[in-house]
Amino acid sequence: MMISCDKAAHICNKNQYSEATFWEVLKLRFHLFICKNCSKTAELNTKLTSLCEQVKRYSLSEKEKLNMKEQLKNEA
Amino acid sequence: MTLHQLQPDLWVDKYADYLFNFAVGRVSDAEVAKDLVSETFLAGLKSAKNYKGDAAERTWLIAILKRKVIDHYRKSNSKKGKAEVRMNYSSASDAEGDWLEEQVADPFSTAENSAMENVELGLAIQECIAKLPKKQAQVFTMKTIQGIGTEDICNELDINPSNLWVMIHRARTALIACLNKNWF
Repeated sequence: MMISCDKAAHICNKNQYSEATFWEVLKLRFHLFICKNCSKTAELNTKLTSLCEQVKRYSLSEKEKLNMKEQLKNEA
Repeated sequence: MTLHQLQPDLWVDKYADYLFNFAVGRVSDAEVAKDLVSETFLAGLKSAKNYKGDAAERTWLIAILKRKVIDHYRKSNSKKGKAEVRMNYSSASDAEGDWLEEQVADPFSTAENSAMENVELGLAIQECIAKLPKKQAQVFTMKTIQGIGTEDICNELDINPSNLWVMIHRARTALIACLNKNWF
């Protein structure tokens, strides 16, 4: 049975972080094959993931941010 | 006009990534950029009493960062010989007589553009993340940019996985709409 668009969106989001199961991905693929709206949204969602991958190296790590916070606290 | 107020406690969480992207785009060195962002926050703290509240907090911090970038280039150029352009001619290509062409930029190379695009993309994404509700922005950044696991985020923010996925869904939908305007 085909899953709903809401369910498809949920699985699609999980899939962006490789957290969807094999069966979920299979159900998603089937849904995307039939539903053109979801297919378009999924395409953009995947594009967002690849853009985020590209900018990952241009962000500070949690540790670096903690150091900055400490520094600010000491100066305050 | 509403007057803005400074909240130094939130600076790192709210603006560190944006300022870092801005700095990387100007100095092309992540370590230097990180130092400049730290210096910007410290300078902001020291001159907080001069803040009139006319400009938004982030605009004010960017103005300080711009000065820090200028200072950085002044310092590095003041050392003798640093500013001169060096060209390396290897003896092998000199001998073959085609060395001049090798020094010319490759018109088909897009390496320099992609580095620039990455920085602009970083800024565009940070701009869009800044427009999200605070909690959504936090969850999205932790999960997507910092790559923290679902369970760890849930423990740290005291939410359940369903909440997390709803927030991720809303954040991603809003980001796609935002990036659609100026990036996709």
